[in-house]
Order: sequence, then C-alpha cells, then structure tokens
Amino acid sequence: MIALLIRDLRLAIRAGGGFGLGLAFFLLVAVLVPLGVGPDSSVLAKIAPGILWVGALLSCLLSLDRIFALDFEDGSLDLLATSPIPLEGVVAIKALAHWLVTGLPLTLAAPVLAVLLNLPTPGYVWLVASLTAGTPALSVIGAFGAALTVGIKRGGLLLSLLVLPLYVPTLIFGAEVVKRGALAMEVGVPLLLLSGITAGAVALLPFAAAAAIRVNLR
Amino acid sequence: MELVVENLAVARGGLTVLEGVGFWLAAGRALILRGPNGIGKTTLLRTLAGLQPEVAGSVSAPPESLTYAAHADGLKAVLTVEENLAFWAAIHGVGGVKDAMAQMNLTDLRARRAANLSAGQKRRLGLARLLVTGRPVWLLDEPTVSLDVASVALFGAVVRAHLAGGGMALIATHIDMGLSEAAVLDLAPFKAKTPMSAGASGFDEAFA
Repeated sequence: MIALLIRDLRLAIRAGGGFGLGLAFFLLVAVLVPLGVGPDSSVLAKIAPGILWVGALLSCLLSLDRIFALDFEDGSLDLLATSPIPLEGVVAIKALAHWLVTGLPLTLAAPVLAVLLNLPTPGYVWLVASLTAGTPALSVIGAFGAALTVGIKRGGLLLSLLVLPLYVPTLIFGAEVVKRGALAMEVGVPLLLLSGITAGAVALLPFAAAAAIRVNLR
Repeated sequence: MELVVENLAVARGGLTVLEGVGFWLAAGRALILRGPNGIGKTTLLRTLAGLQPEVAGSVSAPPESLTYAAHADGLKAVLTVEENLAFWAAIHGVGGVKDAMAQMNLTDLRARRAANLSAGQKRRLGLARLLVTGRPVWLLDEPTVSLDVASVALFGAVVRAHLAGGGMALIATHIDMGLSEAAVLDLAPFKAKTPMSAGASGFDEAFA
C-alpha cells in the first residue's frame, strides 16, 4: 500500500500538472476576487471566509477526475483490482495521495492568501484548522465521485455535478468555522460537525467507491 | 494445485457470448485458447481473473493465484522500466525485479522512462510484470502483440520456465509461440447458441 502511495506521489510530481494545478487555481481566486470586489477592506473581511473555502473546494474539484481515470486508461486499475491489495485500500490510498497533493498544500497556502482578502487576525488559526479538518473529506468524497464515473469518456462534467452537492455540508460548516473564528466567537459546534463529516466520509466512502469501481470494471 | 472451469458462461455488454465452457488445467501445463475475433476470449479471461461475474457455471482456483495480462500493460509513462516493475513487485510483496528484467531482456533499458520505449519494449515490460507477481496461474491475452520474432521466442522460453516451476498459463493467441506441448482449446463450439440478454435475469445488471 505504501508502494501505491509513493507511486502516486511520484507521478503527481513528475507529471507536473497534478501538483501545482489546484494551488495555482486557489492563488488565482484569492488574487482576482479583491480586484473584482474592490478595495473596501470591510467588505473583503466579511466575504474572506466564504471565498477562501469556495476557492479551496473548487481547486480540489479540478484534479478529481485524474484519481482513477489515468489508471483506468492504461490498464493499471484492472491489475490493481486483481492484486493482493483490497480495492477499498486502493481507494483510501489514492484519496490520501490526492489530499497530500492538493488538500495539504491548499491548507498551508491559505493563511498567506488570506492576507490578500483581509481576513481578520483571529480567523487565521481557524482557517488552517477548518481546512485541515475539512479537506480530507473533499478528497474522499471526490474519490467516490471519480470511482462512479471511471470509464466514462470525458466524465469530468458528470463528476463535478455528482460531487458538488456532496461537498455542500463541508463547505457550509468549514466557512462557518472561519466566519465565527474571525469574529472571535465560539467555533466548537461547526468544527465538530465538520470533523464528523470528514470522519464519516473517510470511514464509509472507500467501501462505496470500491463497489462502484467493481461495477465499472465489468 | 489446479484450475477447474465447469460449464462456464460469460457475457459481454449484457450479451452471453460463450456458454458451456469447461476445462481442467494441472500444474505445469498450458492451454492455448483459439477462436475468431469477437468469440469472447478476452471476456473469458477477464471472468476467470474475477474482473466480471460469470453468468453461469463455476471457476475453482486457489485464492490469489491468478494474474492477468491484458491488452493494456498498466505502465506509467513517467516512471522508468525499473520503477514500473518495482512498483508491481512491491504491490505483490515479492522481489525479483532484476531477475525479471534479465529474463525479458530489459536490463539495458532499466533507467529509460516507459514513455520512451518502443511498442515491443513496452510489451516486454508488461510481460515482465508477470514474473514479479509471484502468482502461479498466468492469464495472457494476446501476449505477443507487437513483439518481434526473437522476443516471441524469448517469451515462449519464459512461459516454459514458468510451467517447469509448477506454474500454469492460459493463453489467448493466434500465433505459434513455440509451446508445442500446450493443449489447444478452440472456443468456436462454445459460442452461445441463443445470445439472450443477461440483463433479463438480474435486477442488478440493469445498473451495471
């Protein structure tokens, strides 16, 4: 399983694209929104939590279809399905690799980009905390969506439509944590709900995704 | 150890293509599958590999004993020959990467990226993967596509060594691989007589 993780990370780094794509998109959103909204710092401070979370979510979405499609096209997925590793493990490792390549860099870059959006100072800690707790759910839910659409030619659009509604709870609670944190309010409830969604997704969706892949490989 | 297939029916795209297929393969033996294009050789091999469910009949083989070499080699273009093989060796928990490269004449290409290999070299690398799976039953789907005469002979020798070590091979091929001792099974007589939709029998199939 470690070998699969190492291979996926190596592919993401060598093939370019995968690693920088999400981060570059996140940077674009954070730079362009202040230019579009205007320099009113009180308005920016108000919308910063939402914009940062939407940006992170869309950046994650961008690289989802690569999770299984590439392995499907070159036949690796067939071979992985007949290998000693359970397919559930393959899904979990691939979701982890996706998070390491997109979710983690986004989380680390977010505080820097938050400066551009004039996020109030108390919000920084909660921004990082909420992204740490929430982005794994984005990767796992995305892996589930990618498993459903694997084998469909240009399934990217369908994948986005399938995954977006599943992303909504994570977005709502994630942005709520940052919004409350920025106002120095109590953040316990939304942060717990956000972590609960992530824990549930990580525990259940690899099984659902593995079942979907089995059907799609037929 | 043996592979026993009884009264197997397989379907592709909801249509039963083969039915009543049965054979018995002992350790150290190879079986060559023949039949015209579209008869269902690939479908049969995929069903045996467990990638799709059988319509009827049974396949009995020791667990985790089969490995499948498809038309696609499962290679990553940005990884080198050695990295590709080392990955599959690690997945299957066995070693022997150097030995596999030597047997398939890939040692000189070890540091070359798979993207820069010729079609025949890619095929050799894809077949070398079989050697690092440690699995006894090889299901080979047209293994000699794009191989030159020398490489076909080389691979024939590799298969023969595998059989001599107690392995088994099920090979769908149209050309002579030099395995004169292998039995030949012509699939044409097993063509499904009434190609009925497999979807009619199962609710689940409607969603497959």
